[in-house]
Amino acid sequence: MALNRIWVFAEGSEGTVAPITLEMLTKARELGDTVEAVYGGDASSLAGDLGAHGASKVYATGDLDGSLPGVAVASALAQLVGQGESPDLIMLGTTYDGRDVAARLSVALDKPVLTNNVDVALDGDGVVLTEPIFGGTKLVRTRFTASPPHITLFRPKSFAAEASGGGAAEVVAVDVPDRGAAKIIDRHVEESSGPKLDEANIVVSGGRGLGEAGKYAIIEELASLLKAAPGASRAIVDAGWVPYSYQVGQTGKVVKPTVYIAAGISGATQHLVGMKGSKNIIAINKDAEAPIFSVADLGIVGDVHKVLPKLVDALKAR
Amino acid sequence: MAVMNVVVCVKQIPDPAEPGKLEADNTLDRSGKLILDESDSYGVEMALQLADAAGGGDVTLVSMAPNGETSGLRTALAMGAAKAILISDEALSGAGALDTAKVLAAAIKRAEPDLVLAATESSDGYTGTVPEQVAALLGLPSITFAKHVEIADGTVKVQRQTEAGYDQCEAPLPALVSVTAGVVEPRYPSFKGIMAAKSKPVDQLTVADLGLDAGSVGSAGAGQEILAVDEAPAREAGEIVEDDGEAFQRIIAFLEELKVI
Repeated sequence: MALNRIWVFAEGSEGTVAPITLEMLTKARELGDTVEAVYGGDASSLAGDLGAHGASKVYATGDLDGSLPGVAVASALAQLVGQGESPDLIMLGTTYDGRDVAARLSVALDKPVLTNNVDVALDGDGVVLTEPIFGGTKLVRTRFTASPPHITLFRPKSFAAEASGGGAAEVVAVDVPDRGAAKIIDRHVEESSGPKLDEANIVVSGGRGLGEAGKYAIIEELASLLKAAPGASRAIVDAGWVPYSYQVGQTGKVVKPTVYIAAGISGATQHLVGMKGSKNIIAINKDAEAPIFSVADLGIVGDVHKVLPKLVDALKAR
Repeated sequence: MAVMNVVVCVKQIPDPAEPGKLEADNTLDRSGKLILDESDSYGVEMALQLADAAGGGDVTLVSMAPNGETSGLRTALAMGAAKAILISDEALSGAGALDTAKVLAAAIKRAEPDLVLAATESSDGYTGTVPEQVAALLGLPSITFAKHVEIADGTVKVQRQTEAGYDQCEAPLPALVSVTAGVVEPRYPSFKGIMAAKSKPVDQLTVADLGLDAGSVGSAGAGQEILAVDEAPAREAGEIVEDDGEAFQRIIAFLEELKVI
C-alpha cells in the first residue's frame, strides 16, 4: 500500500537545497508513488538537486518579492488543492518557514497539523506519525482521522538523505492568490567560521557552568582544535553570551554528530532533545547528579575550568 | 498612535520541573498546579513595554484551559496586565492546535487589539503552529520568531529569527507577532503587583459563549487519534569518571578510540 502523491515543502536558496528537504524527499519516495516539491521562490537553481532526491516536479511561486512565505505559499497550495491537485500527504520541516506555511495551510484547508514528528508510516489506509514527548523519553504514535491531505511537520535529521539518481524536477509555476501584508525589508547574515553546527562531525557546546560570557572562549578554542562546531545551551543564548545560531536544543538546532562534547551543561530536557541522537556523547559537569550524565558515553564529574584548559593544552601538544 | 491595546496569548502548563504524566486517554495530565508558561512571560513583558511606549493602552491576556485554572494568569496580571479572558470548558479536553487557535481567535476578536503577541511555542505541547493559525483565522498579517519588536507609525517592525541570522520585517497593524525567549527580560511581579492582581478581572467564558460548536473544538474535532504511547529506547549508561586532575587524558583516549583525532 503506497500513497498516491506526496508534497514536500522545499527550503534552500542559491542552488543549495536545505538538508531537511532532502531528508523528507528520501522518506517520501518510500511512501508515495509520486513525490513533488513545493517552493516559495524561484526554484530553477534547486530543480536538479530536488529531482536527484526523487521529486518529479517542483511547484514554485516565483520570486515572492519580500513577502514572508507563510501566507504566500499556503495560499498557492490551497488553490492547487482546490483545483483537484490534492496530495495525500504534505511534509514540511519544523523550521521557521515550515511551521508558518503548515499553520496557514491548516486554516485554509481546515485540516489539523501533526507536529514535531520523527517518523511516518502507513498502516492500511492510515498515515501514522511518531512524535517524541517528555524530552524524548516517550514516543507517541498518532493517526489522522480527518480526510487527506494530511499536513505534517518533521524534525530535522529524522531521516537519512539519499539521492535516487533522478533527473531534474520539472519546474511548474503556480499562482499566488495572497502574498500577505508582512514583508521582509532586509536580511542579516551572522558570519560564522568553521563547520556548520548541524553538519559538523564534532560539536563542542558550553552552558551556564562556564560561569560567565568571557569563559566561552575556551569552547571556541577547543572546537577550533577539534575542527568542531561550537554550540551552546539555551541558558547562555538567552543570557546573551552567544548568538541564537549557536543554540542546540528543542528550540535551536538538532545535531547528530559523531562526537558531542557538553561542557558545563546540566542537560535540561530542552537541550537533550537537540543532542541525544549524537553517536558519542562526552559530558563534563561538576554536579554528579546532572541529567546530562544519563545520556553520556563518557562522563567527567569535574570543574570545566580545570578540565578544559588541560584538554586544550594536550590537544595543542599533539 | 495615542493608545495601543495588546492581547497576549498565554498558556498555563504543568510545572516543567516536575516529570510529565499522561491521563488514561493519553492527554497531558493537567490535574496538578498549573503555572504561567515561562515562554509567555516574554510576550507579557513585551506587551507592557509596547503599551507603555505608545503612551498607554490595555494589555489583555487570553488563555484557554479545560478547567477553571487561573493561578498562571494571576502571575501575568501581577506583572502588569490589566485583565484576562479565560475560555474554560470541559469540551476543550484533547483539543488540537487548530481547535485551540479557533477558540483563542474568537476570544481575541472581542478585545479588538492593535497587536496580538504570543510565544513561538508552548513549553508542554510545543507544536509552534497556534500563533500563525490564530493570525490566519483573524485575517491578520503575522511575523513569527521575533527577537526584537518596535512599533512606529502604525507599523510593527520585527527582527525575525532565521537559520543564518535575522530578517528585518514589517507589517501594518493590527498584526500578530510571536516572540522568542530573550526578546526582552521579563520583570518579576512586585508585592504591590501581586496584591493588585487579586482584584483584576478574569472573564471566564465557555465555548458556547464564543459562538463556537463544542463538538467541533475538543478531541472529537481534532481530526487525529493517538494509537499508542511507548517508552523510547534509552541510551545505555556510560562510563563516569571523577576528575582527579587527569580526567582530560580519558577524553583524549576516547577521542583516539573514535579516530576523530
